[in-house]
Amino acid sequence: MTLLTVEKVSKRFGGLLAVAEASIGVPAGSITGLIGPNGAGKTTLFTIIAGFTTPSTGRVLFDGADITPLNAHTRAQRGVVRTFQIVQPFAGLTVRENIAVGAHLRHASRRAALDRATNVADQVGLTHALDQPAATLTVAGRKRLELARALATQPRLLLLDEVLAGLNPAEIAAMLPILRQIVASGVTILMIEHVMQAVMQLCSTVHVLAQGRMIASGPPAAVCADPAVIEAYLGKGAAARMAAHG
Amino acid sequence: MRLWPVLMLIAVIAAVPLLTSANTVLNFVAAALIVALAAQGWNILGGLAGQLSFGHAAFYGTGAYITAVLQVRWGVNAWLGALAGVAAGAALGTAIGAMVFRAGLRGSYFALVTLAFAEVLRIAANAAPITGGAAGLLVRLDPAPANFQFVSRAAFLEVALACVAAVLLLTLWIGRTRFGARLAAVRENEEAARALGIDPFRAKLQAMALSAGITAAAGVLYVQYYLYIDADLVFGTGVSVAALLAPVVGGVGTVLGPVLGGLALQGLGQAARLAAGPVPGVDQVVFGVFLVAAIAFMPGGLANPRGRA
Repeated sequence: MTLLTVEKVSKRFGGLLAVAEASIGVPAGSITGLIGPNGAGKTTLFTIIAGFTTPSTGRVLFDGADITPLNAHTRAQRGVVRTFQIVQPFAGLTVRENIAVGAHLRHASRRAALDRATNVADQVGLTHALDQPAATLTVAGRKRLELARALATQPRLLLLDEVLAGLNPAEIAAMLPILRQIVASGVTILMIEHVMQAVMQLCSTVHVLAQGRMIASGPPAAVCADPAVIEAYLGKGAAARMAAHG
Repeated sequence: MRLWPVLMLIAVIAAVPLLTSANTVLNFVAAALIVALAAQGWNILGGLAGQLSFGHAAFYGTGAYITAVLQVRWGVNAWLGALAGVAAGAALGTAIGAMVFRAGLRGSYFALVTLAFAEVLRIAANAAPITGGAAGLLVRLDPAPANFQFVSRAAFLEVALACVAAVLLLTLWIGRTRFGARLAAVRENEEAARALGIDPFRAKLQAMALSAGITAAAGVLYVQYYLYIDADLVFGTGVSVAALLAPVVGGVGTVLGPVLGGLALQGLGQAARLAAGPVPGVDQVVFGVFLVAAIAFMPGGLANPRGRA
C-alpha cells in the first residue's frame, strides 16, 4: 500500500523552477530515500510534503486523501511529521520539555506527555540528557532531539531531512539501528540523506532529484550505478570516463 | 516552579494590612498590586508566549473606561461594570490579536502595532464625549461593598490581592498544562512548533485574550480605587511601559516575576522621590540608573537572580 503519493509537484520561485513535476510513492512500512546533489530541490520538496510551502502545481496524497490544501500543523495531526535539516530545538527548554511538546500532540495530560518523552528519549539514546537545556546539546545530540520530538508525536510518516549530516562514523553507526527500530514499530520513513553508506543500508527504494527533476528511482545499488545519477553528481561525461577507467 | 514560594508571597502581602494601618503603606501596596496585575497579564503574552507587547495600556484603559462609563453614564452596578470591563479587554485583545497574528507580525513589528492601537484609543478617549474627553471621568464616591468601593483600604487590598493571587496560581498551573507547553513552543520556535502539530495562530490568540483580560482587570481595579480616570492615566504609554517593565525587572516568563517586579518598581519609584528631594526630574534619573543596573546585573530578573535572561 502506498502511504504517500507526490503527484507531479512543481514549485516555482520567480524565474527559478526549484521542483519540476516531481512524483514519488512511499510504500507503507518502508524506508524510502531521497537523494540528489546540493540545490536539487530535495528540501523544497520536503517542505511541500510537510505543508510548509504550497506547490505551484501538483498534489500530495496521504493515505489516499488529498492533503495539498492542509496547513503544516493539520498534516502533523494526521501523522505527517518532518524534522529540520538545520536543527530547530526549543533552545530555552530542557530536552525532556522539548520532546514533551511533540508528545502533547496525542496526550492532553502533562504527566502522560512527560512519560512519553522519557520513553522516546530512551528509544533514541537521549536519556542521559533529559534534564539538560536543549541549547547545551552537541550536534549529534540535537539531531537525536529532532528525531525524538518528531517521534513523540506518534507519526505515521516521518520525514527526516539529513538527520545523519554532521555526525561522525561512530555516531552514524549508532543511529542506524534506531532508525530500523522506528520502522519496525510501524512508522514509515522518507529520508533525505547524503550519507550514502546509510542510504545503501537502510533504504529499500531511492529516488534521485537533480535540478528539480526526478532522474532515477529504484533499489539503491541500481540507482548508484545509473549513468544519469553519476553525471548529476560528477558532471557530464563522468559516467563514460568512469567506465573507460574501469 | 513549586507552589510554596507562590503561597508565601501571597501570605506576605496579605499580612501587610494586619501589621499596619498606615495609609501610606496601604496606598503603596494597592498601587503596586494594580501594576503587578497589569504586568501579570503582560507576562502571559510576553513571557509565556514570547509576543512582546508595547501597548498593554489598550487593555488596561479599556477595562477602566468600560467600567467607569457603564457606572457613570448608565448607572450600571460596579461589579457588573467590572465584569464587562474585563470581558471587553479580552474581546479587544482577541480582535487585535486576530488581525496582527493573521498578518504574521512578530518581534518589533508586533510591539509597534500594539503601541499604535493603544495610542489610537488614548486619542479617542481624550476626544469622545462619552468618555468625558480631556476632563476624564469621575466615579461618584459611594463606599459600599455592593458598589466595589470600600471605606477601609485593607478591604480593597484584599480584593486586589485575590486577583493577583488568582493569576499567580493560574500562571503556575499553565506551566503544567498542554496549553503552557504550546505557548513555550511557539515562543521558542514557531516553525518547529508547527511541525509538531501546534497551530501558532490559535495559541497566540488564546494567550492574547487571557493576557488582555487580566490587564483589563488591573484597569478596573484602578478605577475602583482612585475613582477618577483620564486618557493619559489609563491609556498612556506609561501604563504600557509599567506593564512590561515589572516582568522585565522581576523575571520575564516566571510566575513570581511580575509581582516581585511590580513591588520593586513601586518601591524604587518612592525611594527615588524621597532621595531626589525637591528638584523635579531627579527621581526619574535615579529610577533610570537603578533600572539599567538591575537589567545589567540581573538579566534573569528578581525571581531568577542567578539565571540569565
